[in-house]
Amino acid sequence: MTGKRMIGVDVGGTFTDVFFLDEGTGTARVAKVPTTRPDQSGGFLEGIRREVDDLSTLSAVIHGTTAGTNALLERKGARIGVITTEGLRDVLEMRRRDRPRTWGLRGDFEPIVPRDLRREVPERTLADGTIRVPVDLDAVRAAGEALRDAGCDAVAVLFAHAYANPENEARAVEALRAFWPNAHVSASSEILPEIREFERFSTTALNAYLQPEVSGYLDRLDAALRDGGFGAEFMIVQSNGGVMGVDTACRLPVRTALSGPAAGVIAAAYIAGEAGFPDVITGDMGGTSFDVSLIAGGRSMLAPQTAIDFGMVVRTPMIEITTIGAGGGSIAWVDKGGLLNIGPESAGSTPGPVAYGQCNDRPTVTDANVVLGRIDPDNPIGGKLDRLDVAAAERAIDTHVGEKLGLSTVAAAEAILRVANSRMAGAIRLVSIERGFDPKRFAFMPFGGGGALHAGAMLAEVGIGRAIVPRYPGVTSAMGCVIADMRQDFVQTVNATVDALDTDALAAFMQDHVDTGTRMLEATETRFEARETLFELDMAYVGQTHTVAVPLPVTVTDGRVAAPSRAAVAEAFDTAYHAAYGRLLPSGTRRVMNLRSAVIGKRPKFDLATLAPAGGTVEAALRGHRRVHFGDAWHDTALYDRLALPVDAVIDGPAILEQADTTVLIEPGLSGRVDPHGNTIITRKDGHG
Amino acid sequence: MNDTPPPAEIDPITLAVLAGRMEQIADEMDATLFRSAFNPIIAEAHDASHGLYHAETGDTLVQGKSGLPIFVGVMSFAVRAVIDKLAETGETPQDGDIWIFNDAHLGGTHLNDMRLVRPCFRDGELFCWLASVGHWHDLGGGAPGNYNPAAKDAFQEAFVLPPVKLARAGEIDRGILDILLRNTRLPQSAEGDLNGQLGALDLGIRRMDALLDEYGAGTVAAALDALSARAETLMREELKALPDGRWEAEDFLDNDGITDEALPIRVALEIAGDRMTLDFAGTAPRCQGPVNIALPTAVATAYVAIKHVFPMLPANAGVMRPIDVKIPEGSLLSAEFPAPVGGYTETILRMIDVIFAAAAQAAPDRVVANAYGTINALSIAGRRRDGTPWVMFSFYGGGHGGSAESDGLNHGSAPISTATIPPMEILEAAYPVMFRHWALRPGSGGAGAHRGGLGAIYEIEVLEEMGAEVFLFGERGKHPPKGIAGGGDAATNRFSFETDDGWARPPMVSKMRGIQLRQGQAVRLETPGGGGYGPAADRDPAAIARDVARGLLTADEAERLYGWTEGRA
Repeated sequence: MTGKRMIGVDVGGTFTDVFFLDEGTGTARVAKVPTTRPDQSGGFLEGIRREVDDLSTLSAVIHGTTAGTNALLERKGARIGVITTEGLRDVLEMRRRDRPRTWGLRGDFEPIVPRDLRREVPERTLADGTIRVPVDLDAVRAAGEALRDAGCDAVAVLFAHAYANPENEARAVEALRAFWPNAHVSASSEILPEIREFERFSTTALNAYLQPEVSGYLDRLDAALRDGGFGAEFMIVQSNGGVMGVDTACRLPVRTALSGPAAGVIAAAYIAGEAGFPDVITGDMGGTSFDVSLIAGGRSMLAPQTAIDFGMVVRTPMIEITTIGAGGGSIAWVDKGGLLNIGPESAGSTPGPVAYGQCNDRPTVTDANVVLGRIDPDNPIGGKLDRLDVAAAERAIDTHVGEKLGLSTVAAAEAILRVANSRMAGAIRLVSIERGFDPKRFAFMPFGGGGALHAGAMLAEVGIGRAIVPRYPGVTSAMGCVIADMRQDFVQTVNATVDALDTDALAAFMQDHVDTGTRMLEATETRFEARETLFELDMAYVGQTHTVAVPLPVTVTDGRVAAPSRAAVAEAFDTAYHAAYGRLLPSGTRRVMNLRSAVIGKRPKFDLATLAPAGGTVEAALRGHRRVHFGDAWHDTALYDRLALPVDAVIDGPAILEQADTTVLIEPGLSGRVDPHGNTIITRKDGHG
Repeated sequence: MNDTPPPAEIDPITLAVLAGRMEQIADEMDATLFRSAFNPIIAEAHDASHGLYHAETGDTLVQGKSGLPIFVGVMSFAVRAVIDKLAETGETPQDGDIWIFNDAHLGGTHLNDMRLVRPCFRDGELFCWLASVGHWHDLGGGAPGNYNPAAKDAFQEAFVLPPVKLARAGEIDRGILDILLRNTRLPQSAEGDLNGQLGALDLGIRRMDALLDEYGAGTVAAALDALSARAETLMREELKALPDGRWEAEDFLDNDGITDEALPIRVALEIAGDRMTLDFAGTAPRCQGPVNIALPTAVATAYVAIKHVFPMLPANAGVMRPIDVKIPEGSLLSAEFPAPVGGYTETILRMIDVIFAAAAQAAPDRVVANAYGTINALSIAGRRRDGTPWVMFSFYGGGHGGSAESDGLNHGSAPISTATIPPMEILEAAYPVMFRHWALRPGSGGAGAHRGGLGAIYEIEVLEEMGAEVFLFGERGKHPPKGIAGGGDAATNRFSFETDDGWARPPMVSKMRGIQLRQGQAVRLETPGGGGYGPAADRDPAAIARDVARGLLTADEAERLYGWTEGRA
C-alpha cells in the first residue's frame, strides 16, 4: 500500500461491508464483518481495522447508513415535541386522509409525536406570505418549556405557509433556542420550504425524531475515528445518491432515509457505465424484497418523496427504488382457489428458509433454489448450519405446494421459481414501461446476495439482452460510497404564474441555493474534479395538480446566477410538457410552483480495471461438478471459482460461478464472459446481446 | 374467447403468471390516465378505473388495483350497456370502435363518470372488451361540479349522454366531441380527461396484443375462465367457513335534500352453505331528491362491501356468483331514468353500513364497525373583485370503525374511495379562504373495546370581500355510524355557518344549498367518527387514560362512556 486510502462503509442488517480504495495505486480491497447491535459503530471500526491500523493514513471515510431507516421503521427515534399554528395541531395525525390498505378498512395509525406533545400557539401566515397574526412568543416559550419538562429531546416548529414567509417560524425558533438545552430545534421552513403542510410537517418532524439518535451515532463514530488518528473528511451518503459532510448529516438526518440502497444504485450506475451500458436496471434481491431501480443514460431517477411506512412521509429527493415482496425468504403457498402465490409473507433471515433449519417449515424461494441444486448446500451463506438441510426443504415444498398442485418435488420447486421470476420481471417491466422506456434496451444488473441466481430468468421473461453481474455484488453499496458525488438539494416554493413571475426574486433564490451549496462543498476537504449546478422548476397549467419537472437552462458564471427571462421559463415548460404528454394546451396559463436546485461536486473516480483478475485460467478455476435442475431435466453442471476466472474467459451454461457471498447462475443456452473489469456479462449463446 | 376452444386444463404455473400479467395491464391503464388527466378528481383522487371484460356477458375479467373501489363492480354494467345497444341495433363492433356515455341509469354511479368502452380483437374475432371510466369535473346541469343537492331529475344534474360511438374503426367522430365539449363549463379539462382515457385504452390494446402474441388466445381465454372459476371457489370456501343463518340490519338516510324525512335502508343477509343472499326488501321507495341510485350501482355496492369483508378475494365476476343480491323494484336502490342520482355516494355508503352491521352478527371478527358514512362534498364558490369566478370543491374525511385488532383509523377516506384530501395550503393558495381549524374531532369515535376512529373539524373562513356561496352534500346528520359486537355509535355529522346573528345550522341538517357567507364568516364541518368494536367495559384502562391525556376524550366523557374515574375524587 503506497497511497492514501479512501474507505466506503455500508452497514446492513447482517453484515458490515468495507471497501478500501488506495488512491495512489488505484487498487481496492473489501472486507465483510458481522454488523454489531445495537451500536453499529463496533462493526464499523472492526471492519476498517481488518485492513488499516493507522487511521491517519486515510483520506476519507464515506458511510452508507441504515441507522435512520431502522429508527424510523422500528419507531426508535427520540421523544420530540411540536409547536404549531393554532387550529392545526393534528396535521401529522390526519395525514392526507389516506388508509393503510384499499380493502378491509382495518388498521390504525400512531404518529411519531403523540397529541399531548403537539402544542398550538397563536400565529398565522396566509398563502401569499402576509402575516395575519404575529407569533405570540410568550406562548411559544410556555409551550417549549412544557415540552422540555415533558422530557422532549428535540422540538420542531411547524407553522402554516412558512415556505411563503418564514418570519413567524424564525422568531419562534429564536425564542426556543435561547433556552432549549441542546441544538435540536428546527423549523419547517429550514428543513423544507415547500408548500403542502402535511409533507413539510412530516419531513420536519421525522428529521427532529432522528436528530438525537443519528447525530449521536455519527458523533460516536466521528470521535472513535479521530481517537484512532483519523484527521480527514467523514461523509455520509444521502438518499439522493450524493454525499454530505457529517455536520450536515447531523442537521438533516432525514436525508439518510435511503442512504444504503442509494449507494448501491450509484455504484451500479458507475460499474455499468464503465462496462459500456449506460442504460441499466438494477435488481437487489434480499431476504424479504426485490428492489428495482432504473438508470437511463447513466443517471438514476429521483423521486420527490417516499413513505417509509404508512403515514411517515419524507419529502426529499431520493433515488427511486421500487420494492416488491419477492425475496429469497418469501414464502410460497397455494390459496383456497388453487393458485400458487409467492409472499408477501417472508421468513426473512430469521428464521429464514426451511433449509436453514431454524424452525420455519414453509417453503421459500431460496428453498426452491436449494432443492434444484442451484445453491451449494455445503457452503451456506446465511443461517447457522454447516450444511443446508435439503431434505427438509424438499418435504416443505411437497407438503405446501407439490401435493396441492399434483406436482413432483422438482416440478413444484420449478413452479415456485417461475412465479417468483414472473413477479420480479413484472417489477422490471413496470419501472421501465411506466416511464416510457423499453426494457429490452436495458441491461440488467443483479446485486445483493441472491439476484445473480435469477439473472437468466430476467433475460427470458423481460426480453432483456444481457445481464451484468458486478465483480463484487455483495459489497456494491460500500463501493458506491467511494464513488458518489457530493450533492446538496434545495427547494423553494414560488407559486406564481409565468406572466406574474418576479424573475429577480427567483434569481435571488437560485443565488442563495448556489451560495449555500458552494459553502457546503468548500467546507469539506474533498477534492472535486468538477462542479455542476442544476435548476429545475415544478410547473403546471393553472388548475392542474401534477407538476412537470422543467429543467431550466441557466448558467452560473463565477458563482453568479443570471436571472432567467419569463419567455425562457415559458419555453422550457412547453418543451418539458410536450415531452411528457405529447401535446400543449394553447389557452392554458403556465404556473411555477417550486424551484429545485442541486449543487454537485464531482469526486474523482477510480479505475474499475484495478479490480479485474490478474492472470488465471478457466481450467484452474474449475472446482468440480454438481447436478442442477433446469427446466425439466437435471444437468451435470460445472462449478467455477468466480474470482479465479481470467478476463475474457467465456463460460457456457449450464454453469455456476461461486464466490464467498454470491452464486452466479448461467443457465443452459446462456453464456457468461468475464469483462476487463472482472464483471460477468451474461448473454444468449446464439446472440451477442 | 368465444370461438377458440380453451384447453381443458391450464397448468397452474402459467395461470399464476398470466394472472399477474393481466392485472398489470389494467394497472398500467390506470397509471396512464392518472398521469395525464387534467382534473384533480382523477389526477389526485384517482376517481377512475380500468379493466378487461367478457366478450359476450360483459362480466369483469380483470380490474386494476389503483382505481376507485366502487368501480370494481360497476364497470361491467357499462360494458353490458354497450353489448345491449349492439344487440338492439344489430350492429357488430369493429376494431377501433369506441363507445362513450355517462348515463348513470345504464352504467351506474352518477353522471360525472364518463365511460369509454372499446372492443379488443384477435384474428378478426372479438376477444374481450376494455373499458375506462373517469370522473369529469363538470357536465353542465344546475350546479358547477354537478353535486346539486336539490336536483329533482337527471336533467337538473348534468348533460345526459347515452351510449354512442365516439370512434368508428379508429376515426374519432368530431361531431360527438363537439357536443360533449359544448355541454361542460370546463371544456379544457374535459378534453384533457378524454384524451387521457383514450390513451389508456390504446395502451390496453397494445398490451393485450403483446400478451396474446406471446401466449395465444386459447391459453389466455382458458386462464381468464380459470381465474373466474377460482374466484368463485374462493368465495364459496369463505362462505362455508361462516355460520348458516339470517341476520337483519337497518339504518337511515337523513333526508333526500328536498323533504326532511328519514329514508330507511334495510337488508337481510342469509348464509346457507356456500351461498349468500342480500335482500334489501323494506328499503324506502324512490324519492324526489338525488339520493336515489340505479340498479347497477346497488349490485356493485354489494360487491364493494363483500370485498371489504374478504379483502384477499380477486377483482373478477366469479366472486359474485355465489351471492344473490335482491333489490326491490320501485325502491330508491333501483330508481329509473330520469330519477336524480347525483348523491349516490351517500346511499351506497349506507348500503355498506347495513351489510357490515348484518355480517357482524354472523362473524364479528370478520367485519369492522361502520365508518363515518358520508362523502361531505363541499363547494364554496364566488367571484373575486375583478369578476373572475372561483369554485373550491372537495370531499372531507371522517373516522373508520374499530375492529377486532385495533381502534379505528382517525380521519380516513370513505370505503368506496381511496381519494386523498388536497393539502390545506394548496387550497388556501388557490382560493380566497382560510382554514381556522383542520383538526381531529375529540370524542367523535364510538366507544368500545376498540373505539372508533375520530372524525374531523374543518372550519373555513371566507377571505374574499365579495363573500361566497356554500353548497354542502352530506349525510349522517341524524343517524350516527353504528358500533358492532357491543361497541357504541359514533358522533353524527354537524354542519354550521356564521351569520350576522351568530352561528346557525342548515334546515336539511346535513345538506346546504346557497348559504351566503360574508367576508370573515365561516362554515364549519364536524364530521362523524367510526363506530366502536366490542363493549366499552372491555377497553384497556391504559388506552382510556391515553385518550384522556391526549385530549381525545374529556374526563367526563371517559367516566360516562367507560366508567373511568382514575385520578378523580
